[in-house]
Amino acid sequence: MALAPNMPKSWRAETKPHKFCPGCGHGLVLKALGECIDELGIQDRVVFGCDIGCSLLSWDFFNTDSIQTHHGRTTPVLTGVKRARPDRICIAYMGDGGGYAIGSQHLVNAASRNEKITTILVNNCNYGMTGGQMAPTSLPGMKTETTPYGRDVELTGNPTQGPEMVAAITPEGAYVARGTIANLRQLRKMIKKALETQINGTGFSFVEALSACPTNWRTNAKDTLHFVEKEMTKYFKVGELKVPGEKEGK
Amino acid sequence: MVDKPIKGEKRYFVTGNEVVAWAALAAGAEIMYGYPITPQNEVMHYWTRLAPKYNRKFLQTEDEISAGFATCGGVLSGARAFTATAGPGNTLMQESMSMAEMMKIPTVVVVQQRGGPSTATVIYSQQEVTMTCFGANGEGLRVVYSTGSHQELYDYTIKAFNTAWKYRIPTFVLGDGYQAKMRESLVMYDPEERGIKMVPTEKIVGKEGMPGVEREPSHLRNTYNTEDELYDVVEKLVRDFWQAAPEIVEHQEFDCQDAEIIVVAHGVVTRAAQAAVKELRAQGKKIGHFRPVTLRPFPREAMKKAIANAKELIVVESAEGQLDKIVKAEIYGCSKPITGYFKPGVGITAEEIVEFINKRG
Repeated sequence: MALAPNMPKSWRAETKPHKFCPGCGHGLVLKALGECIDELGIQDRVVFGCDIGCSLLSWDFFNTDSIQTHHGRTTPVLTGVKRARPDRICIAYMGDGGGYAIGSQHLVNAASRNEKITTILVNNCNYGMTGGQMAPTSLPGMKTETTPYGRDVELTGNPTQGPEMVAAITPEGAYVARGTIANLRQLRKMIKKALETQINGTGFSFVEALSACPTNWRTNAKDTLHFVEKEMTKYFKVGELKVPGEKEGK
Repeated sequence: MVDKPIKGEKRYFVTGNEVVAWAALAAGAEIMYGYPITPQNEVMHYWTRLAPKYNRKFLQTEDEISAGFATCGGVLSGARAFTATAGPGNTLMQESMSMAEMMKIPTVVVVQQRGGPSTATVIYSQQEVTMTCFGANGEGLRVVYSTGSHQELYDYTIKAFNTAWKYRIPTFVLGDGYQAKMRESLVMYDPEERGIKMVPTEKIVGKEGMPGVEREPSHLRNTYNTEDELYDVVEKLVRDFWQAAPEIVEHQEFDCQDAEIIVVAHGVVTRAAQAAVKELRAQGKKIGHFRPVTLRPFPREAMKKAIANAKELIVVESAEGQLDKIVKAEIYGCSKPITGYFKPGVGITAEEIVEFINKRG
């Protein structure tokens, strides 16, 4: 008899198996998030908001109240909820395009205002849902559908350093980290700390998760993991950038 | 217990923006999300001065995209929430209002129209009619009240919350810079004391109870996988909208019964039209005036009845035919000649309407 995989209690079993591509990182990030919701016992207080892009597939992922928004607009919708209902735990879930391109003004300003919400941003170096175009996070030289000869940083700039930017503009009390699906135990700790930051009401919380998109990267399992662990981390340093009550830059 | 903002009935002499802030307070609005744009700013100025005294909230967002979406979030969490904007801000807000249309989010937006296209003027126009009624990628499933006086700004701002929450349709109060900035007298009142019951709000997300255990979770979406799936959803939205429409439509008519020429105008221009009708009647001319109060849904049947005996229609508006286009679509099949008197972004006086009609003989 095959062992059933452990699903977080807060996952909605009726909507599983989920609809992400084989090898996609979203399922892992959402599992880490689900486990954190379980551990903190906040399932009945969570309002989960998902962006457009692959993240939209998470609209019925949890047994929590959930709002699918527009591309880039999850941060203001969840800000709107939190401001009206401060007792809710508001989680904005998005990709790198939604957070760093079309919705960057919302991310920057929510961080500046120190909104008491949690943003989880999945960085897979490209726009997955639309077929693998260049994202703000595509690596230098990386081939995508809109950079078929490789990303030329002279023309398109360097990959966006999201957590570094958020850490720079948030006041003390915020939580900022970059995790990776290559280290789920660490990613789970980061998401838990982010949610605790919101629960404690000390500030904005932001976790970027380095993730994988084998469908658009056109990589096999080995190369996919290699890209996440070795290539992405050259530009995106994994670790905590800001922790409430701790000196920065530890 | 915090005092009610308005007790009894009181006469005031104030600007339209102040009226909107007081009306939202009296209606029990809990939170306003806003971004500065002229001529709407003083709605926020008065709201931010008054709100803390009555336990209400305010958030100044980074732009109107954010103000619109944050309003959606506030409303979904069960708050009577609103925003106000104008011109290019209204343009940016259309994205969130298409989400409100799709997900039946009862948002309230007060629009104080300014000149267009582009940045244009901060003063006045009626050039946001098409956008407010039909903006974004949608089907125009909104309610748009076009006000013409401070009293109406007050009455319809209160009413907008009730229409929005009763029918779950995004609702707009369409004012303009003249109404926003000028002072005029009106009577403010507590709606309940007048027998206007505020439609209760409801938590659409963030409900009580463990989701998936004690209740179903609220899973709200706006993305669909197939044409058929979408069609079913939109078809229901459209059906709900037209089912509610007869209860929502409002209009006014002035001397239409025996009128040979009927002036069609909305918003603040109705005042010029009403005065012009009085003047022309005094001159012995058979003139009437039809005024749609709701531009969306449009009082089609009432208009068809009102113009039945007329020989000609003249559409008068501070835009290049935005109301005209709606009128022609709504009374399709009517063979009476329709003439336009269009002054995009410019105010219209009774005298010029009188002159325009008299010159035609």
